[in-house]
Amino acid sequence: MRFEYKVEGGDFTQAGYAASQVKKNLKQLGVDSSVIKRVVVALYEAEVNIVAHAYRGVIYADIESSGIKLKLVDEGPGIPDVTRAMTKGFSTASPAVREMGFGAGMGLPNISENADSLLIETEVGKGTTLNIEIRF
Amino acid sequence: MSRRQTTYNRALEIVEDICIGCSHCIKVCPTEALRVSGGKAGIHADWCIDCGECYRVCPTRAIRVMDDDFKQIFEFKHRVLLVPSVFFAQFKDSIQRNTICQIIGELGFTEVCAVEQSVDTLLNEINDYLETAQKPVISSFCPAVIRLIQVRFPSLVDNIMKLLPPIEITAQYYKKRFEKEGIAESEYGIFYLTPCIAKIAAVKSPVGGYTSPITGVINMDFFFNKVYLAYKQRLPITKSIIINGELSSKGVLFPTTGQESAHVKGRALAIDGMKNVIDFLEMLENEEIDNVDFLEIRACDESCAGGILSHRNRFLTAESMKNFAKTVPDTHNLIEDYKRSCSAVVHMDKIEPRSMVKYDRDIEVAIKKMESARRLKKILPGIDCGACGAPSCEALAEDIVRDQAQINSCIFLRTIFEKRGEISLEDTIKIMESIWGEERFDKNEQE
Repeated sequence: MRFEYKVEGGDFTQAGYAASQVKKNLKQLGVDSSVIKRVVVALYEAEVNIVAHAYRGVIYADIESSGIKLKLVDEGPGIPDVTRAMTKGFSTASPAVREMGFGAGMGLPNISENADSLLIETEVGKGTTLNIEIRF
Repeated sequence: MSRRQTTYNRALEIVEDICIGCSHCIKVCPTEALRVSGGKAGIHADWCIDCGECYRVCPTRAIRVMDDDFKQIFEFKHRVLLVPSVFFAQFKDSIQRNTICQIIGELGFTEVCAVEQSVDTLLNEINDYLETAQKPVISSFCPAVIRLIQVRFPSLVDNIMKLLPPIEITAQYYKKRFEKEGIAESEYGIFYLTPCIAKIAAVKSPVGGYTSPITGVINMDFFFNKVYLAYKQRLPITKSIIINGELSSKGVLFPTTGQESAHVKGRALAIDGMKNVIDFLEMLENEEIDNVDFLEIRACDESCAGGILSHRNRFLTAESMKNFAKTVPDTHNLIEDYKRSCSAVVHMDKIEPRSMVKYDRDIEVAIKKMESARRLKKILPGIDCGACGAPSCEALAEDIVRDQAQINSCIFLRTIFEKRGEISLEDTIKIMESIWGEERFDKNEQE
């Protein structure tokens, strides 16, 4: 079962919508609450990443009986150095973004910690695609 | 009556004879546990959290509170009434508390004590508890909030503080006092006057592996009328009552918004009102809120001053409580006594989630049903009119895949099907009657 959510860059007031909707669906399906928590945290971070860094993006959530696959495709600047972006505390967020409480440099590491698998495809100047998998 | 004979886990029921099937209740239920069928509202028992939002909006008082029969108090020699501070605030400030207590004695109780007598002890325990607990700690004070978390926010159950609420600690204190005085269990009854429906359910089927020593629960709305009538009719006072008046200003104010969090060390927030509570818990569950130590969360706007069974305007009630708090000291003489006799019993066990099975326990089946519900939702008009008897189009879609409703239940789709000749006018009317009752539309000369 596939769900699709559009995300606009810079729209912080709406950030978290996809995470909330996915959470609601997983709860209705009776998925274990500790698993839901991991999905929500990973998805929320990834969603905020699009809002904070990209121009726009689409989130696809595929829910199967075995688990959830999240695909976040954005049009944006891409990540020049994925290894550094995966380092805790590393952040390229602008001061304005940090002032809103985002951009502490925990995004990708936090996603990775909560996911069973994380695959990052990125092209500088074009955009980034995250593939996150969490098993039930 | 033997102790705890009445074990129901719900404190609300719909009286069919009185229910007019107006559907006001289905719209306000925070767990969407209500539907109208056959012209009457019905509660989905597993989903009900006893918050009483339906009771608040029911225009015909068709929602009955399953409180205990008042007469049962006379089965006991010692009859203690634990009175919440909101009860006295139901009366104008000009009516003396002592007068109210005398009337309570005349109505049959032998001793009266404030529910919030244990608050000072509890606050100490809360601050100790916070030192080692998983943050943020969610207060265990409001039973509607506990039940809401169990049903709608199961991932947060571990954050609920594992300490008993003030009413249970005060009741435990009395139980111990009677035991110490060598009074047999059959000789005393500890009764709780409640401003809250969820508290009835909480006493009757408590959470966290606990059994309440409370003998019976008395509805404050009912009891206010009894007391006020006696006051108005100047009922002569012939009986004496022991007034255990030990209470601190902290205790008086504890049931009002912000007066629990105010005494907690660290960063503490106070949230009241069902909608605010749900919004906040959603954020908390998404881990959007950091570095909070303690959350005072109350289902009613203005907390217990706006309690379901509190009839007076919530702001006036809260004002009266504040006025009274100014007249009492910030400590009382039984605090040490409470500490000695209650510190061993204030802890409770882990609270279990109460999952709300929407589709099926088998996830394969659940996913299939959810997909069907999604397709249905796209077909339904999205107006959330409630004419199908469900609170929203989404709820109807879910009901249909659970075989609890049909697509024809939607008044808009039914009209379209009728235009297409797929359903007869007669059948359309039959469906309408099956939801809203057969005689409902015969309004000829009645009014």
